[in-house]
Amino acid sequence: MKKLVIRGKEFNSRLFLGSGKFSSNKLMERAVNASESELVTVALKRIDTNAKYDGMLTALKNENIDLLPNTSGARNAEEAVFAAELAREALQTNWIKLEIHPDPKYLMPDAIESLKATEDLVKKGFVVMPYIHADPVLCKRLEEVGAATVMPLGSPIGSNQGLKTIDFLKIIIEQSNVPVIVDAGIGAPSDAALAMELGADAVLINTAIAVSKKPVLMAEAFKLAVKSGRMAYEAKIAESSRLANNSSPLTSFLYD
Amino acid sequence: MTSFKEVFETYRWEQVKEEIYSKRPIDVELALSKNVRDLEDYKALVSPAGSEYLEDMVRLSQQETLRRFGKTIQLFAPMYLSNECQNICTYCGFSLNNKIKRKTLTKNEILKEGECLKDKGFKHILLVTGEANNIVDVDYFISAIKLIRPHFDNISLEVQPLDEVEYRKLISHGIHSVLVYQETYNETDYKKHHPKGKKSNFYYRLDTPDRLGRAGIHKIGLGVLIGLEDWRVDSFFVALHLEYLERTYWKTKFTISFPRLRPFSGGLPPKVEMNERELVQQIAAYRLFNNEVELSLSTRETQHFRNHAFKLGVTSMSAGSKTNPGGYAVEKQSLEQFEISDERGTSEISQLLINNGYEPVWKDWDKVFDDAYKS
Repeated sequence: MKKLVIRGKEFNSRLFLGSGKFSSNKLMERAVNASESELVTVALKRIDTNAKYDGMLTALKNENIDLLPNTSGARNAEEAVFAAELAREALQTNWIKLEIHPDPKYLMPDAIESLKATEDLVKKGFVVMPYIHADPVLCKRLEEVGAATVMPLGSPIGSNQGLKTIDFLKIIIEQSNVPVIVDAGIGAPSDAALAMELGADAVLINTAIAVSKKPVLMAEAFKLAVKSGRMAYEAKIAESSRLANNSSPLTSFLYD
Repeated sequence: MTSFKEVFETYRWEQVKEEIYSKRPIDVELALSKNVRDLEDYKALVSPAGSEYLEDMVRLSQQETLRRFGKTIQLFAPMYLSNECQNICTYCGFSLNNKIKRKTLTKNEILKEGECLKDKGFKHILLVTGEANNIVDVDYFISAIKLIRPHFDNISLEVQPLDEVEYRKLISHGIHSVLVYQETYNETDYKKHHPKGKKSNFYYRLDTPDRLGRAGIHKIGLGVLIGLEDWRVDSFFVALHLEYLERTYWKTKFTISFPRLRPFSGGLPPKVEMNERELVQQIAAYRLFNNEVELSLSTRETQHFRNHAFKLGVTSMSAGSKTNPGGYAVEKQSLEQFEISDERGTSEISQLLINNGYEPVWKDWDKVFDDAYKS
């Protein structure tokens, strides 16, 4: 399987994880290990950057795992940029998952503010991974201003509804020059496999694992689904056809 | 400019009451089978008919809460700054006509109390006062916020209703949420319970969430004081208010509390009793009506009730609360606003959550997102 590369950094796993909603940091740590994910996103608002000891950060201290701070809580570009700068200082990484959702109910990403913030953060030297709607034009615009990846949603965050935006995801994947990571809404391993079969470069999962009855087992299920989906994509899935292949074709006389 | 008053005035208390009480089992079943529920469904869920479906309601409520919030409960502590009050509220220990020792914390005392709460692990704090505009005014709040802010990540306020410009000022100093409970949406009853003081103005209070929304607050707290009026009808108006506010102030979050009247020195007994079974129905009904709203469980409730009820739909809890100014460190013996019921300390509550497979969340906000950070 091909390795995923983002800004020169190689990833063996194409499964990224979120760290929220777990019933304990210990369980989160075990789920992350079972998933073999190498990139885990943490909300800046959940971590105590002043404390000597932070439960969440301690649980994620692992040489195989990179932390991807996110700006969840920001309602506009200005707040997101402040958050990114604070995260860079606190976690010693210039990678940032940009989340700007001024709507606290459905957590819908703000396209206008996300574009503004991406442009600004790229200039400030960040590796920016914006969470956005499955909007093909927005994805191209983000690419133009220097986004490292695009992270279009499958359906609303935490909704487990699967790939409701599938037709637009296909267009985004077809057009993109940067890795496409399907973020939000993936509810079952089969959704993740489907996203990978379509050619997504990676998927990001949180709720579906954290809220399942057995998060560690579910993390492993997602690991396998993402692998299998990617393998199928690289193996080239045979085109399906509406027509049956008749064993004695009507046009065979032409070749007699 | 829109206001909730316009929506509110299209409803009549008696009619809503009749509609709730005439809901049948089939209405409840229909409400339960839906994914998205409306105000008619809400009436069915809080109705007497709904109480027959309590187990089903609670099961769904728990599921919805887990999906949205995970196995986590946010912990916060109230800090009472002052028990001075110029209102007469028939049910409240701070009421003007109650002969109690009045106290307003000084700067030093605020710091002392803050230190004590910080040591217990709190990062989210709720500042509470009575309503005495000549003593605890916006300037007093601002000076308190300035003292507290370096030590806490998230500051909420539960004080008298203020004007929009005053809210803007407080937000610019780092206030995250403001809680203003309507007490009751029954206007006649409201006037009976609040005969004197600024609080007797029903519509000024009703308009408060609108003023907060226009000021651009992050979170607004709603609720009624259960026991003043029929809780089924009163809570319908909370749901109505929530629905209006969510549509109007789409960037604001909401949280609901459901305090039941508690005894205090010299107070009246509740007019309408709500039992624990009904309180559970109330929690589940709010959750099934709105998947995203935060629900807060008070230390007014008993230890036994809180041990179980926190898993059914709520998202935040207070722990080890003191409802008297200075109660944590400065003046432990002074008179409380109401008697709390669950007297367990912070570490006990935190352990309770952990033992039940829940993560206690102490920090879910960062100052970087406050307006005060930008200035």
